[in-house]
Amino acid sequence: MNGKYWFSLIAVVILMLLAYVGAEAGGLAIFFGIVIPYLAAIIFIVGFIRRILGWASSAVPFRIPTTCGQQKSLPWIKQNKIDNPSSTLGVILRMFFEICCFRSLFRNTKNELYNGSKLTYSWEIWLWVAALAFHYSFLVVIMRHLRFFLDPVPGCVKLIEFFDGFLRLEFVDTFIQIGLPAIMISGIVLLAAVVFLFLRRIFIPQVNYISLAADYFPLFLIMGIACSGIFMRYFTKVDVIGIKGFTMGLVKFHPVIPESVGGVFYIHLFLVSILLAYFPFSKLMHAGGIFLSPTRNLVNNTRAVRHVNPWNYDVPLHTYEEYEDEFREKMIEAGLPVEKELK
Amino acid sequence: MTDLKPDELLAKIDRNPPASGWMDTPINIKKGIYCYASNPKSVEYVGLPNVRKWNPLEEDWKLPENWQEILHKGFRERLERFRTFKIFMDICVRCGACADKCHFFIGTGDPKNMPVLRAELLRSVYRNDFTTFGKILGKFGGARKLTLDVLKEWWYYFFQCTECRRCSVFCPYGIDTAEITIMGRELLNLIGLNIDWVATPVANCYRTGNHLGIQPHALKGMFDFFVEDIEEVTGVLVEPQFNKKGADILFITPSGDYFADPGTYTCMGYIMLFHYLKEKYGLDVTWSTYASEGGNFGFFTSHETMKRLNSKMYAEARRLGVKWILGGECGHMWRVVHQYMDTMNGPADFMEEPVSPITGTKFENAKSTKMVHIAEFTADLIKHNKLELDKNRNDHLKVTFHDSCNPARGMGLLDEPRYVINNVCNNFYEMPPGTIREQTFCCGSGAGLNAGENIELRMAGGLPRANAVKHVHEKHGVNMLACICAIDRAAFPALMEYWVPEVDVIGLHEMVANALIMPGESKRTTDLRGEPLLGMEDEADE
Ligand code: SF4
Ligand code: SF4
Repeated sequence: MNGKYWFSLIAVVILMLLAYVGAEAGGLAIFFGIVIPYLAAIIFIVGFIRRILGWASSAVPFRIPTTCGQQKSLPWIKQNKIDNPSSTLGVILRMFFEICCFRSLFRNTKNELYNGSKLTYSWEIWLWVAALAFHYSFLVVIMRHLRFFLDPVPGCVKLIEFFDGFLRLEFVDTFIQIGLPAIMISGIVLLAAVVFLFLRRIFIPQVNYISLAADYFPLFLIMGIACSGIFMRYFTKVDVIGIKGFTMGLVKFHPVIPESVGGVFYIHLFLVSILLAYFPFSKLMHAGGIFLSPTRNLVNNTRAVRHVNPWNYDVPLHTYEEYEDEFREKMIEAGLPVEKELK
Repeated sequence: MTDLKPDELLAKIDRNPPASGWMDTPINIKKGIYCYASNPKSVEYVGLPNVRKWNPLEEDWKLPENWQEILHKGFRERLERFRTFKIFMDICVRCGACADKCHFFIGTGDPKNMPVLRAELLRSVYRNDFTTFGKILGKFGGARKLTLDVLKEWWYYFFQCTECRRCSVFCPYGIDTAEITIMGRELLNLIGLNIDWVATPVANCYRTGNHLGIQPHALKGMFDFFVEDIEEVTGVLVEPQFNKKGADILFITPSGDYFADPGTYTCMGYIMLFHYLKEKYGLDVTWSTYASEGGNFGFFTSHETMKRLNSKMYAEARRLGVKWILGGECGHMWRVVHQYMDTMNGPADFMEEPVSPITGTKFENAKSTKMVHIAEFTADLIKHNKLELDKNRNDHLKVTFHDSCNPARGMGLLDEPRYVINNVCNNFYEMPPGTIREQTFCCGSGAGLNAGENIELRMAGGLPRANAVKHVHEKHGVNMLACICAIDRAAFPALMEYWVPEVDVIGLHEMVANALIMPGESKRTTDLRGEPLLGMEDEADE
């Protein structure tokens, strides 16, 4: 088995220790609390933009969408307007379903050799479920964290928090004693989804085979972030007011180090910073790339509307004249029309 | 045929990847899987670089001294020229959704045939050469140097991809491994690493117009045979015309159809249809000996070669002064016509926007390229009741339909052929979902992999398709596999003989011609192949 995840696990553990020891014992609170987060934010923003501009600067010489359904052709043939769009609206819908519902992943099938000779294809939904759960819970968690960066806290953030906490009533209420802070379902779903995605990489032989250390690294990072967050929220019950003061300081560029936060907070913050800084250089950039993928975001109307290639250049050709010069005699003999008769 | 029996081939499929990581598993070029190296004469004719005789099995591939430099420069150029390439190098998350979608992986179990790993072969070098992170992190970040072994791996695996795009349908970002393979093959071509089944057809297409190198008089001779055969079956003397100036329509089809059964019957089908339309409606269709190939083997070489070969279509249409072009049943020809031709060699403003002179239908979807697919054209004729058809003449056939990869996933031509089939035959059965329409499976021999020496790869790669055919054969007694691609018609007979020997292969317009009631025809007792029609067995024997 591919043991590459060990590298990533060890790397993340070292990072955690670094932050904990550095901030608690090393007196490097300013470094881990202020310098690193600013640095990470800058790397993230600049890096992200550079990557997008880098892609955008490459040409799209041909219109080559992958089509997944009937083309627009004769008026009485029903077109699949979303998966084979011939209009901008169609493309927008296709991209919307792709980005918001992971439509292509939803299509996933699993192939097996059955009885030694029959191939079967069954619908495989778990990757889609896990991916969806992961991304949406992550989104909710990020939205919830806006409470730390905005003052006053906007209504929509409160609403999300309310529903996030409210949902627990249906799922986990019986496990919770009255008096604990509301369980936020998103954090738990996030952790579960990440663990699932990790286990998938470990236990499905093919996925294991293709996984790089670089694929495990963000998974462990996110696990670390989720665990430290959950730990602070439900177990050590950190000083939320203090943290808010600290983050607002960061936002307003008057950073001050809070007194009352512990090492776990620095772990959390450091891992988030690492994730941000890692983002633009890694496959996590799929978040930006998905919008630019030419096989999905182009209209399939290449025969109806001309597409221009910015670097189209002339190539050597074999012209009809050259062709006839070579074969004229034989063509005449076979009774084929020619441009020039034999002399 | 391969020495392996079907059972043995099936038993060989091992989906469990080897113990060693893919970067540490050395390349092992196997007999039956790879294609012979290109013949120097062909490469020289079209002026591709590094002409020499070489053999993939030998240690020394006789590369130019600075091959790494050439590839590095070529790589950089392509990253700038193709957004697809650049993005696809960056955003794969290795989720594995594409892994078991490739027919070559399904049929061989070789993990490097998982689309994601095929792409990683390039990506690993990309990371090393073009990304800071890759340089710093090295193997941890999935980067590796371009060594001779890596290069050999490129060659071996990029010629184990038929550029069918099935993997792309399932990728959450639409990463199209076919596009990556195209780039990979372009790079390989920069240092003269090609296969002969691509290089020689390219040279032939360039010189004679078609991939078999048939010269104009010989082409005419082949058609004379078709004319005789048609007369024998129908009693009608047809007169296909060539290089005719001022014809209404120029017809271009893959030359595979002139040359070998069962493609020849499809070719006879076109000839009969055009004769019918001329007699009934005065439609004037011409064939060309100069642009006598629809299939574009340049597509399997490089964008530049593709453009060079494709240019003949418009050049010939302009010379002959036709109104528009009609294209025959071909897979990758249509990928090129649909997605590349207008861009590369247009605008085709010397022609008219295609309108069927018989039905008055405007082919709006071909307004700019001015090239209509014959399935669209015929479906329109049938819809408007312009063809007299006797579908019972195809009653001896139980038909299933193979969506050819390129029209299906590069165009979306799915329902037109089905409409035609349903109107010319009574027994049509779909293969199971998951194996048709955009999820269709490749014949296993596309993109220039239709050689004899890689037959084991072809049989393994064609397994998913054959397996689905076998399913409908067992369930419904299907005995005919219909398709709209000349490579299919060339590749399927061997594939069927291997996996489902009871099933034969047919083109769409062969079935149309069987059903078509020709003006002045004598009573038909056989189909185009000389097989007795149902209920006519005795008469056919007389
Ligand atoms: S489906 Fe797409 S993202 Fe997933 S491994 Fe394949 S190419 Fe990469
Ligand atoms: S394009 Fe087709 S042959 Fe190539 S990797 Fe994808 S599925 Fe396999």
